Amino acid sequence: MSTDDGIHVLIPTPLRGFTGGEARVDVHGGTVGEALEALAVKFPGLGERLHDEDGQLRRFVNVFVNGQNVRDIAGTATELSPGDEIGIIPAMAGGDAS
Amino acid sequence: MKNSELSTQFALPRTGIGIDADFGDSAVEASAARMRAVEESAVVQSIGETPLVRLRRLEAHWRLPDSIELYLKLEWVNPGGSIKDRTALSIIRAGITDGSLTPGRTLIDATSGNTGIAYAMLGAALGIPVTLVVPESASDERKRTLTAYGAEVIFSDPYEGSDGAIRLVREIAAAGTDRFFYADQYNNPANILAHTRTTGPEIWRQTEGKLTHFVAALGTTGTLMGAGSFLKTRGHVTLVGVQPAEAFHGIEGLKHLPTAIVPGIFNPALPDRIVGIDTENAFAAARALARVEGFFAGSSTGANLAAAAGLVVELARQGEPARIVMIGCDAGSRYLTTGLWDAN
Repeated sequence: MSTDDGIHVLIPTPLRGFTGGEARVDVHGGTVGEALEALAVKFPGLGERLHDEDGQLRRFVNVFVNGQNVRDIAGTATELSPGDEIGIIPAMAGGDAS
Repeated sequence: MKNSELSTQFALPRTGIGIDADFGDSAVEASAARMRAVEESAVVQSIGETPLVRLRRLEAHWRLPDSIELYLKLEWVNPGGSIKDRTALSIIRAGITDGSLTPGRTLIDATSGNTGIAYAMLGAALGIPVTLVVPESASDERKRTLTAYGAEVIFSDPYEGSDGAIRLVREIAAAGTDRFFYADQYNNPANILAHTRTTGPEIWRQTEGKLTHFVAALGTTGTLMGAGSFLKTRGHVTLVGVQPAEAFHGIEGLKHLPTAIVPGIFNPALPDRIVGIDTENAFAAARALARVEGFFAGSSTGANLAAAAGLVVELARQGEPARIVMIGCDAGSRYLTTGLWDAN
């Protein structure tokens, strides 16, 4: 797969166990949903971390396209162009409560 | 009063007031004088002695037998809005006493959440400059709260989470040892002491020593280590630690110990059990608490509640009476822009 025409996906530390330690991987897809599906196929186990039983993005998972949260755009239907960057970050209002 | 006078009166102060003032030549005298200034602070005096309430409506909602009682310690009543006010105060007191937090030094630490707010609040109240290393993924309301108190915020890689903030603050602190007081909440014994000296004794007094279980979420692990060890010295109390079930989670502030940087203050021998909670269950429990009981708490409180829910099923089956005390870490209003309160 060429890195030029793919979608670049940035993987957070707790999910890198599924990507062989890679912080950035490339997939293909015309929408965010397609790209995440391709990611789930490529890295077994990762899809279940991102989606619930109904296939919805888990409510604590934030997906960014070129820095913009897809919940503020068209969700998983957000369209992608080759070379776009997707970021996956668990929602956090912080990191230490107790 | 004229507008110009008003604007002067409300102009934002620079740091260097309060306990950064010059208190004399002797280091010991100066330290004692600074401690007096800390104890006289209205913010400091407002920390701790939080209510412990019984959750009768939730007990009824869960159809618990009369012999099982649930109690929640309302830590969001603290002036900074979380249990972390106790931690930050204890760390600052220890730093002043041992001479590592001297005038002019900037308190620095990694925090993406409540400890940062507590440091920033106390920094403002006591005139201590505060710099916080925060994952860039922290919510806007969180970042804006920190800057409202006047703290300086440095962002760490959002993909590295709270461990990334820890690694970055270690680098910054190591490069400026003369300039910084590295508070290091994950390794500072004063974190444990906060709860050995305040949270634990308060719970013991408020339950008249009649609790059977203590449930606390694990972040720095300070609450469970401190209050838990105190309660164990007083009576037969089962200590339940709560962590996310998986490494990838959305429960603010909690650490998945098998995959995260394990805090230096954590003693794995102390908890009687450690329960893993799914983010969805923590969120659902927090929503139930708001709807059934009328307490608007955050996801870590939800995680504690979800852990207790599992526990009571077990205890009810065994017919064992129980009085379970849970920590209510912070308020739900801290998470308005997260998925916690999204409609079902």
